[in-house]
Amino acid sequence: MINLKNILTVYLKELKDSLRDRRAIFSIVVVPTLLMPALMFGVGKIAAGIFSKARQETPTVMIIGGDDSPDIVAKLKQSEKMRIVESVADWKQRISDKKIRAAVQIPPGFEPKLKAGDAGPILIYNYGGELKSGFAAEVLEKFFRDLREKTVTDRLAARSLPPGLITPFEVKRENVAPPEKVGGNLLGGVVPYIVILLCFTGAMYPAMDLTAGEKERGTMETLLCSPVSRTNLVLGKFLVVLTGSLSAMVLSLASMGISATAAGLFFLNGHGGAGKLAAAHANAAASAMPTIDPLGLFGVIAMIFPVAILFSAVLFTISLFAKSYKEAQSYTAPMIFFVLMPAMVGMLPGVELNAGLALVPILNLSLVCKEMLSGIWHWNYIGLIFGSSCFYAAVALAFAVRMFNREDVIFRS
Amino acid sequence: MIEARHLTKTFKDKKRGVIYAVNDISFTCAPGRIYGLLGANGAGKTTTLRLLATLLQPTSGTATLAGYDVVKDPQQVRANVGFLAASTALYGRLTAREMIRYFGELNGLSPVLIRERTKQLADQLDMHEFLDRRCDKFSTGMKQKTSIARTLIHDPAVMIFDEPTLGLDVMAARAIVRFVRECRDRGKTVIYSTHVMSEVEKLCDQVGVIHDGRLLAEGTLEEFRTRYAERDMEEIFVKIVGGETK
Repeated sequence: MINLKNILTVYLKELKDSLRDRRAIFSIVVVPTLLMPALMFGVGKIAAGIFSKARQETPTVMIIGGDDSPDIVAKLKQSEKMRIVESVADWKQRISDKKIRAAVQIPPGFEPKLKAGDAGPILIYNYGGELKSGFAAEVLEKFFRDLREKTVTDRLAARSLPPGLITPFEVKRENVAPPEKVGGNLLGGVVPYIVILLCFTGAMYPAMDLTAGEKERGTMETLLCSPVSRTNLVLGKFLVVLTGSLSAMVLSLASMGISATAAGLFFLNGHGGAGKLAAAHANAAASAMPTIDPLGLFGVIAMIFPVAILFSAVLFTISLFAKSYKEAQSYTAPMIFFVLMPAMVGMLPGVELNAGLALVPILNLSLVCKEMLSGIWHWNYIGLIFGSSCFYAAVALAFAVRMFNREDVIFRS
Repeated sequence: MIEARHLTKTFKDKKRGVIYAVNDISFTCAPGRIYGLLGANGAGKTTTLRLLATLLQPTSGTATLAGYDVVKDPQQVRANVGFLAASTALYGRLTAREMIRYFGELNGLSPVLIRERTKQLADQLDMHEFLDRRCDKFSTGMKQKTSIARTLIHDPAVMIFDEPTLGLDVMAARAIVRFVRECRDRGKTVIYSTHVMSEVEKLCDQVGVIHDGRLLAEGTLEEFRTRYAERDMEEIFVKIVGGETK
């Protein structure tokens, strides 16, 4: 039944055909290769630029009340870290309209009450989720925190008490995780997500072209006239779809590695839009740069392999039902959501691998990749996930072969 | 040799129930003869030919082509059949040479034999000028020649033509008709489906009139003319299928 020579003949022909197709090259080679540099340099640079610009901007702040707290108001006005504007009644609207970034409400009699040790709370108003408004609130918070600390220190000094009286000890936090574990946690969620997505999109175009595309162009019937059995035809074609999927994965990972290295050098040299800030903190940034376990990358490739077979077989089968390329597109495009949803769940903090989740396709891959990139190797889960993925892939492939042998699918009208 | 015995093919339709696309068709075509399958659109011609080419499996009945049974030995049947239809297109991104070689390889021919046969066919069909150009840039005539070469690369004993002149201009259609005659002259068994009466008159040694999946009448052109007392094939056809369509 299985004839390797025939499968190879079909594979080589379909591969040659696909390599001459600009659309296939675009989805299999160009997108996976350029996506990572575009994300890291393009989006990364824009984000760094926006962040840096927002940081450098002196926030416009409004003081509500404070008429009987002249010293504090004067200090606020003297601060170079904020620009105080005249108080108006519609200050809330102005924050919403981004005309001012934040407002601080000083309660009546704050200054005299502070001296008496009975001051009311200071209220800071900002627009939640808005970057510049958040920075403005941070500046105000720091101002009043400093004021509070100074008040405490002055009171202790007045009573000849040591400053350590109210802070008998410091609390510090130190990271013991090696850089690759930190990196694994940071990148571990994102890397599988992107690789899974590219693995899927890499298979999408050849799957549609080799099935619905052939039907539409009338070459399917020509091919079926040959004496090669349909099982060998479908396997030859399927291997090309798998090649597309795996090529997209390998190219995206290679591009990711090169881009990460290049982006690290780029940003550390102070070109990333953060300017002086980046240059000043270059050493600190170098130690904070997330790295990933290189063995983990090989682990990711090995674990994604059966999932690539699953994607290729599912896309192949779905496209096979379609009569035209357009119809196939309308069937396969929504499939991306089914791929993205479990991959996104895997990115969520707190979602940990367990025996149940190890059987959920795509989600299990996302979770185990996160662990492997952090240098954690739970061999029992890895075995379970690899085994279940291989099982799903085998079922999907058997189904694809079966569908290709059904004349109501091939000659659907 | 083609021998169809009680070939039947049904399809299930949600609204119409079981549809008999081909209903108990039997006929024989000997080597060196052209059997014309004449019928209107939707009569069952394409389904019959797809059954013979083993693209579809019969619901009941069977056929033998070049001695091989379409149900028991479909791969051997395909290895001995050349199938040319308006719907059998070329791979646009391959050159004519690659297209012919691919089908040679699929038919299990050795590289040496493929090279020899390609040269031979290119000589016969005058293809050398465009042999290494991509098929998507071809004129209708070039496509037609490449399709013929693809069909003949394995030198099949049986040729199946399913409305091969559909959509072709006069000159291209004439070339196809000439090619079909050549196949007969070389001793191949030929089955040719069409709804064009003039093609039947020009080509066919034996004619089967198919309507609603059934073979309603069979015979030579002269037999039909005598039986229905008509010279014109179109009038004969209308009489066989039971009058004008309303």
